[in-house]
Amino acid sequence: MSATPEVAPGLAVTARRTAGRGGGVLRAFERWGVPLFTAAAIFYLLIPILVMIAFSFNDPPGRFNFVWGEFSLAAWGNPFGRPRLGDALATSLVVAFISTVVATALGTLIALSLTRYQFRGRSATNLFVFIPMATPEIVLGASLLTMFVGTATEPWRTLTGGALFPLGTQTILIAHIMFNISYVVVTVRARMQGFPRHLEEAAMDLGANGWTTFWKVTFPLILPGILAAGLLAFSLSIDDFIITQFTSGTEQTFPVWVWASIRNNLPPQIHVIGTMVFVVAVGLVALNTILTGRREARDRRIAQEEAAGARKARLAVPE
Amino acid sequence: MPAVDVRLLEVVKRFGDMVAVDRLTLDIQDGEFFSLLGPSGCGKTTTLRMIGGFEEPTSGLIELQGEDVTWLPPFKRNVNTVFQNYALFPHLTIYDNVAFGLRRKGVKDAEVKRRVTEMLELVELPGFERRKPTQISGGQAQRVALARALINRPAVLLLDEPLGALDLKLRKQMQVELKRIQQEVGITFIYVTHDQEEAMTMSDRIAVMNQGHIEQLGDPESLYERPSTRFVAGFLGISNLLPGAVEGTDGSYATVRMADTSSVRAPSALVGSHADVSIGVRPEKIRLREPADRTPDGHNQITGVVRDASYLGVSTQYVVEARGGARLTVYEQNVERTTRAELWAPGEEVLLTWSPDHSFVVVDQPTPAVDGSTPA
Repeated sequence: MSATPEVAPGLAVTARRTAGRGGGVLRAFERWGVPLFTAAAIFYLLIPILVMIAFSFNDPPGRFNFVWGEFSLAAWGNPFGRPRLGDALATSLVVAFISTVVATALGTLIALSLTRYQFRGRSATNLFVFIPMATPEIVLGASLLTMFVGTATEPWRTLTGGALFPLGTQTILIAHIMFNISYVVVTVRARMQGFPRHLEEAAMDLGANGWTTFWKVTFPLILPGILAAGLLAFSLSIDDFIITQFTSGTEQTFPVWVWASIRNNLPPQIHVIGTMVFVVAVGLVALNTILTGRREARDRRIAQEEAAGARKARLAVPE
Repeated sequence: MPAVDVRLLEVVKRFGDMVAVDRLTLDIQDGEFFSLLGPSGCGKTTTLRMIGGFEEPTSGLIELQGEDVTWLPPFKRNVNTVFQNYALFPHLTIYDNVAFGLRRKGVKDAEVKRRVTEMLELVELPGFERRKPTQISGGQAQRVALARALINRPAVLLLDEPLGALDLKLRKQMQVELKRIQQEVGITFIYVTHDQEEAMTMSDRIAVMNQGHIEQLGDPESLYERPSTRFVAGFLGISNLLPGAVEGTDGSYATVRMADTSSVRAPSALVGSHADVSIGVRPEKIRLREPADRTPDGHNQITGVVRDASYLGVSTQYVVEARGGARLTVYEQNVERTTRAELWAPGEEVLLTWSPDHSFVVVDQPTPAVDGSTPA
């Protein structure tokens, strides 16, 4: 009887210490481990970009920008100072822009009809949309090349008016629009699936016909999805090498130019242009974050002002 | 005599094999607060959506102020809807939400501003113009939805369980509010709900719906006091139903013999020419008395044993087993009792009495195979 009270507190203390130590380890991990791990992960992601930025300021000892020579602004001073580099970049931008606009428009319409309407061939379309994403790019590129070359023979030559051969910007565009549509459909469809249909019914109830309902209600609400799809399409297009390599003929986009040039040399201009693209992309993201933050802050401020106004109005009313 | 505002004629709506609305015929008067009441799946929302133009009937005719609107799209009908989940446009401010309908009609900006301000005052939300729907409460969103619909001065306002998402206290408040607004604007309201109390509180008339058809249509009082089907008797409040056979008519009352050979009387007008009926009586209409007590002249009486007593505050609820085995629910107000000082205890023998005028008559479906009498 007398032993029990002595043992019990001892056990309790031991238990508490163990619990305390366990909690301490967990807390320490939360405090230091998680941020360290995050920093390491971000560093891992950033190394190649940091190397790219650093080497854009390099004056390499040879023709290849692989070894650090000395700091130089030469490449930045003349970023397109290589034969055809400027043209290749321009082609890349034009192809990316046009293919983004066309693929986003078509893909959005496809996504709308896939989520809206029951029609014959709907599930087949749903499946086919995935195929360009699932097929290896190199296979797609080779098939496209086969197809385009095929149009050089009759009767396809007459049917296509010879527009698809020889290869050029137009064939790159067709290829990019093709694979971009898939990504746009998938992105916009994801946004559409959670779309509250009753909002469209409400618009129609309030006197808006189908056209007005789309532009006043549906479109503004799926616009973030469409913009995301457009950004994705743009970056996929400007980045694409494999399919472009097969479908470009003598035309060059930036990635194709880099590939062609790397056999003889790797000038720091490539790193300069890479850095420019990176800066523009980061700038766009930052701008978006700032604008969203501002808009939210404004909405909050309005709500607070109106609430304060309503309180004042209530107080002013004589009882 | 008020004009007919909405007329449904033999309206049928099928979804595949399922018949959602079955040959519904209905006239709704101008300026009326009309409710469609029923359990989920009874076809009330489908009916409302057909009036609004969101569903097309499989067959039948829908008229709005004398005009056939059966095949018109929603935006060509002079009808507005308050949706169950409010359906406010999240990307627009409260002002733009309320102004949406007027702008579609091309109303001038100054006029829009005047009417939006006026409408927000009507629903007691002045000063909310610049807020977004995400920044207001459920009750406020409900008022905005109402303002957004009413500002168009529709011939009919459709309300699809608009208070379903609100908590009880707010719901009660909004019921009073809705009735006030309806009387102020004088527009016909068609209100869909599964809450019988809500329908009774606000409506001029109620159509109780079950399995796609109207079980009974009437004002709240007649529906409650004289339900004509087992379903309505069970859906609106609690009913005691005693099956029996009609024995004869004595003046304005018919006598009905129960299974236990006792007999009760009910207004003969309600019995009509039926032979087998159930006599119904609401729990609060029954008096409990000592078995030896004298029954007031002409009142129905049956004897029974108290099986259960629950004290509910305003009243006490008893379950009494009648001699024939039927269990009756009885409410007794907790006031100074006329018949007895203290509560009845389980096991006590009692006499149940009620006025024959408080009896109602339910005629059982002639085809028991299609039994739609169990409330969902």
